[in-house]
Amino acid sequence: MSLRGKTAIAGLGITRMGKNYAHPNAIGFAAEAVELALADAGLRRSDLDGVLVNPGLTWGSDVMASYTLQQVMGLRDIRLTATTNLGGASAAALVMHAAMAIDAGMASAVACVFADAPLKPPKPNSKGPGGGAAYGFARGLNAAYGLYGANSGYAMVARRHMHTYGTTSDQLAAIAIAERKWANLNPIAEFYKEPLTAEDYHNSRWVAEPLHLYDCCLVSNGGVCVIVTSAQRARDLKKPPVYILGMGQGHPGDDPVDSLASGAPIARDTAFRMAGVGLKDIDVVEFYDCYTITVLITLEDYGFCPKGEGGPFVADGRIGPGGALPVNTGGGQLSAYYMWGMTPLSEGVIQVRGEGGARQAPRHEVCLVSGNGGILSTHSTLVLGASA
Amino acid sequence: MAEIVRPIPEITPELKPFFEASRNGQLVVQKCDGCGALRFPPRRLCPNCLSRAASWTPVSGEGEVYSFIIMHRVYHPAFASQVPYAVATIKLKEGAKMLSNVIGIDPHQIRCGMPVKVSFEKLNDEVTLPMFRPAGG
Repeated sequence: MSLRGKTAIAGLGITRMGKNYAHPNAIGFAAEAVELALADAGLRRSDLDGVLVNPGLTWGSDVMASYTLQQVMGLRDIRLTATTNLGGASAAALVMHAAMAIDAGMASAVACVFADAPLKPPKPNSKGPGGGAAYGFARGLNAAYGLYGANSGYAMVARRHMHTYGTTSDQLAAIAIAERKWANLNPIAEFYKEPLTAEDYHNSRWVAEPLHLYDCCLVSNGGVCVIVTSAQRARDLKKPPVYILGMGQGHPGDDPVDSLASGAPIARDTAFRMAGVGLKDIDVVEFYDCYTITVLITLEDYGFCPKGEGGPFVADGRIGPGGALPVNTGGGQLSAYYMWGMTPLSEGVIQVRGEGGARQAPRHEVCLVSGNGGILSTHSTLVLGASA
Repeated sequence: MAEIVRPIPEITPELKPFFEASRNGQLVVQKCDGCGALRFPPRRLCPNCLSRAASWTPVSGEGEVYSFIIMHRVYHPAFASQVPYAVATIKLKEGAKMLSNVIGIDPHQIRCGMPVKVSFEKLNDEVTLPMFRPAGG
């Protein structure tokens, strides 16, 4: 029995993003995001009977993050809880677990939550925010060879993709620029007021060559929550239901520097079959974009272009505002906010509802959302729809 | 003032044979006793055949640059005098891949597929790190 259209996203909560120090830790942002999502849906705290959490890096050793959130928010008589980590593929995975549990009668209103707080307030005598160091550690042989930071794995993939398929820095720049143009239309994006030119891109520092600064995602404080209910219940709530039409996962387990590919083909097959859609049915795309190269490879892997042709595919502005295929319409993690898999998912909900304002995609009946974790290691797909 | 040395990797029991061989100018990788697959870094379980038996085997030290990145940012003070430097995935002639540095060449002249040969760089009396230089250079 297909789950197509049986459940829906009924609530969305997004805290202020970026250099937000309103809470001292991730749990504070998580709680605020849940409150915002409840208000958005028109639900009360007591309506929640499921809590699923994807803890960001700064939750540290809190291995029972979802229980911590339950305690902090005084949530009683919960029927479903889990702390889940597939990296950036988690957000969509939480929604899958929620949808399956609701269909199975195990819960009725499930909060799916991500939050993180890697940035610390600036010290009195310094210019920028502190922190972010959690993303720069290395040990053992990696440290001895000078391999630091989370960027190196994707930089290795990008270099090999350039070698194998002739992908260029200009093509990666086209992705960064397209997403920035979307962000310039999105008031909640961290780079809302800052345009990006090709010159800015090429002049930006190397983070791990061949990746420039603007090939890489932001580091953000904040939290996002989506609330999943049955489709029937969602229809009685405040906001238009965002139906979950299809869902799938794919985790290839190979060496991404060899394959230059993600688990998207596996996840796509499951999700598209469930949804009964093909690529031609997709109106708007929200891809996980930890790096520009991730977007390029993900476009290839879903079949928007043949393998290896992602560079030419994006080079002409096709994925930006006014282009034939709207991709990452909020500015993504590159230019809006870095909330792991919640970045593409939250923008997907906004687009399907038609709440995108200046950045609203002209057609938004069917939205494709991806999540991606590790170095192209985990992948999740959601197909969201405005009607069931 | 003494030169700031690289972070010295801990000689764990798993890596001890590797560092011993490196000190003696020999590159070794782990070989699964079950299926013969070569691998590095060492593991307790072969992901190919699930055998837990493995031994160390010498390899030629010849290979090619499979992929590489150039580090410009100084994360550890020892690398302040070395940026920009190349960190590479080396594909050994025998098939296994290993992380290393490519030295003895301007990092911007490195190319994927470039043939390289191992070069043993001594960090201290106990730790010598295998790195790679352009072959024939």
